[in-house]
Amino acid sequence: MDVQRKLEILADAAKYDASCASSGTEKRDSSDGRGMGSTAPGMGICHSYAPDGRCISLLKVLLTNACNYDCLYCVNRASSNVPRARFTIDEAVKLTLDFYRRNYIEGLFLSSGIIRSPDYTMEQVVSVARKLREQHHFRGYIHLKTIPEADDALIAEAGKYADRLSINIEMPEETSLQQFAPEKDVRAIRRTMGRLRLKLDEAEEDRSAKTKAKPQRFAPAGQSTQMIVGADSASDHTILHTSANLYGAYRLRRVYYSAFSPIPDASRALPLVQPPLLREHRLYQADWLMRFYGFDVGEIVDDSAMLPLDVDPKLAWALRHRDRFPLDVNRASREELLRVPGFGTKAVERIIATRRTTTIRFSDLARLHVPRNKALPFIVLSDHRPTPHRLDEERLIERFKPKATQLGFGF
Amino acid sequence: MQYITLDNQTDFDGWRKSARTLVLHHVRPADVTWAVQGDEAELFAPPSPSPILEINDGTFNVSAKFVELAKAAILHRDPERFAILYRLLFRLKDNHDLIEVATDPDVAQVTAMAKAVYRDEHKMHAFVRFREIGRERQAHYVAWFEPEHHIVELAAPFFARRFADMPWSILTPDLCAHWDGHALSFTPGVGKSEAPSEDRLEETWRRYYASIFNPARLKVKAMQAEMPKKYWRNLPEASIIKPLIEDAERMTGAMIANAATDPHKPQKRPEAPMKRKPAADDLESLREEAAHCRACHLYKDATQTVFGEGPKSANIMLVGEQPGDKEDLAGHPFVGPAGQMLDRALEEAGVDRKKVYVTNAVKHFKFVPRGKVRLHQKPNTPEIRACRQWYEREVSAIQPDLIVAMGATAAQSVFGKITPIGKTRGRVIELPDGRKALVTVHPSYLLRLPDPEAKMLEYRRFVEDLKIAAGLQKKSVRAA
Repeated sequence: MDVQRKLEILADAAKYDASCASSGTEKRDSSDGRGMGSTAPGMGICHSYAPDGRCISLLKVLLTNACNYDCLYCVNRASSNVPRARFTIDEAVKLTLDFYRRNYIEGLFLSSGIIRSPDYTMEQVVSVARKLREQHHFRGYIHLKTIPEADDALIAEAGKYADRLSINIEMPEETSLQQFAPEKDVRAIRRTMGRLRLKLDEAEEDRSAKTKAKPQRFAPAGQSTQMIVGADSASDHTILHTSANLYGAYRLRRVYYSAFSPIPDASRALPLVQPPLLREHRLYQADWLMRFYGFDVGEIVDDSAMLPLDVDPKLAWALRHRDRFPLDVNRASREELLRVPGFGTKAVERIIATRRTTTIRFSDLARLHVPRNKALPFIVLSDHRPTPHRLDEERLIERFKPKATQLGFGF
Repeated sequence: MQYITLDNQTDFDGWRKSARTLVLHHVRPADVTWAVQGDEAELFAPPSPSPILEINDGTFNVSAKFVELAKAAILHRDPERFAILYRLLFRLKDNHDLIEVATDPDVAQVTAMAKAVYRDEHKMHAFVRFREIGRERQAHYVAWFEPEHHIVELAAPFFARRFADMPWSILTPDLCAHWDGHALSFTPGVGKSEAPSEDRLEETWRRYYASIFNPARLKVKAMQAEMPKKYWRNLPEASIIKPLIEDAERMTGAMIANAATDPHKPQKRPEAPMKRKPAADDLESLREEAAHCRACHLYKDATQTVFGEGPKSANIMLVGEQPGDKEDLAGHPFVGPAGQMLDRALEEAGVDRKKVYVTNAVKHFKFVPRGKVRLHQKPNTPEIRACRQWYEREVSAIQPDLIVAMGATAAQSVFGKITPIGKTRGRVIELPDGRKALVTVHPSYLLRLPDPEAKMLEYRRFVEDLKIAAGLQKKSVRAA
């Protein structure tokens, strides 16, 4: 099998992993002339976008799509009839370097089906990274998938070469993982995440302690995970609760939500439907509220409930808490401003800086890049006050819903 | 009217020098015309520069934020940019804080220009595609790019840092950047025909592009928002976007319509490697069993069961309350800050930790997540009761002479009922089964005391309590 054909099989097998980021790592470059590559610590670079709207930043492939496990949601499960392939270590290395040289990618995201044993698989994955770093002095971004319960020494080595490590929790609830992936053990996944966090903490302490000559390097871009949404019956509350728990426990940089999508040769036990993309989008919005806006899971969605699909979660929250509005933009605290529908973190910073010198008026909203339709019923400006009782209207939500359209008749 | 002619499109220093002089001479923005040498606008300028520009004395301060914004905004292709920047500078001279007013029209416009330039720079970093001329080792990498603004000089150092070991050129209609492995150089712009039209790897790249795309989640608008069509003509993968979109619905439909094939029967699969065989040792099988404990709901959010540790021969058993954050991650009891405090106190009291069995009354970490931390929560009675079976089975596996209960939760587990520490602390009490028990505080209580003097005092008392255990340890060593 030629490398091109292998690439098709092994990229196809990797495309259900939603992670794409190449940001948040240390600053590196190759200006010493000894190797190739650099990283942009602030913002990763998306080199292309696929028609599914997702960024292509890294060469995202599996080392092999052969797998011992038989996880129902996975296209690579042992019982699936998809064609199988396996890159040699050198093939994966060469492809990464060749693509990188042409500026197609920011680096490599390498995962693998589990073959022989967790340790053997992890060793293969680490070998690619080792070769890139040590033989070719590759300074680009490397994201490695960690195999649960792999040997501690292998994990440490992975962290030495990789910018980011990840391990997918896959399902929001332990029971669904047992149902869909009987060989996967959520406890083992969590133990590995816990080990990663301890190592990340240690490396951070090393960096901040000035006494040590050379700090231990361990995955400077931290760890992330992915949850599949819509394959089981977990509610959004359950999903977000799991995320909050993962963020707190393991200091994850990101939890990715991957709307379950039909896969070739899908198992009969799974729903064959279009992926719930809007639900996935709402979960990302809610996740954002937890991480950057100071919202608690319980505030975003009630027990066992789902996020509304017609309006975004912050707007839904505001509609449930109308007594807190309207808010005077020229006086409200940062925390309060962050809860106004349509106000992003950057807009709030700009508002706070601006109002030190001048008052904010109706006409300023556009320059602050605030969507007026969304924000106006909830705010007071020096020349704007929402119509009295507007906030009390039952039908306020109608204002925000997408316009209803007549169904077509087909001619 | 003042006519200013700048050397080139990106002549920030020239603009800065002229603008400074103009502001110092109170020349109103409406009275200045800006042009670039060789541009059409220059035709209307008088043949010699205006006289006051010869005079350049004094300086004034503007915020660094303005300078940074201006350096970027001047690379914008809008011919009005020099005038807009001068207008803002003129106003900033007497109103220093104006730059923070995001709602000011001039500030907003300059900010938007700078943002457009940064975005274009970012897109250049992303969308330049090198093509190889010649073969490896002697290969030269050449790209064709059409930037929207005057960003070639701004964006080039990025490529020099990234591709330091290979000679490359980026050709654009405005300006070309070259790297020979040592230094950057710039030459005038060229036509697209000067650039190579293909690369041996492009077909492979297109195959990757097609394979990584998931046809079941078509979102063309999202793609175009980040990769506008104007960039497509120079991206090798763009030629297959249209066919991929057209094919997507058919492929998804086929995936859904096709019944699943019969599951492939794997030959001999090795046993799932994550399942461990239970060890023969009593304590080990207890530990294994406890790892799957579901007696209360605490297991759900915790990482793992943190079981007791220590030699089977221990005659002292220390019982804490519950694992904390560190213990939960590591899977071992007393490894966090409270554990370090305990180690210190044990050493001072003369107790050998290696000969002690250390465990907790509750074996899963109870907490509430608060952003990036987990706040410790006190276990309630049903949780303590649910976990008590493990404590009891540990006691019967170890057969300790003395059980030290540290803290109220531990005391509740050891005595089987709520037992206040204050009254029982520091005395050896006989348990119904004839074993001895000693109650003291939990080391994390010492960590929480805010007053250093009280902390010191309480720590001494804690060590004194542990000395009772030390006496017992020595006695039993002598007896053995």
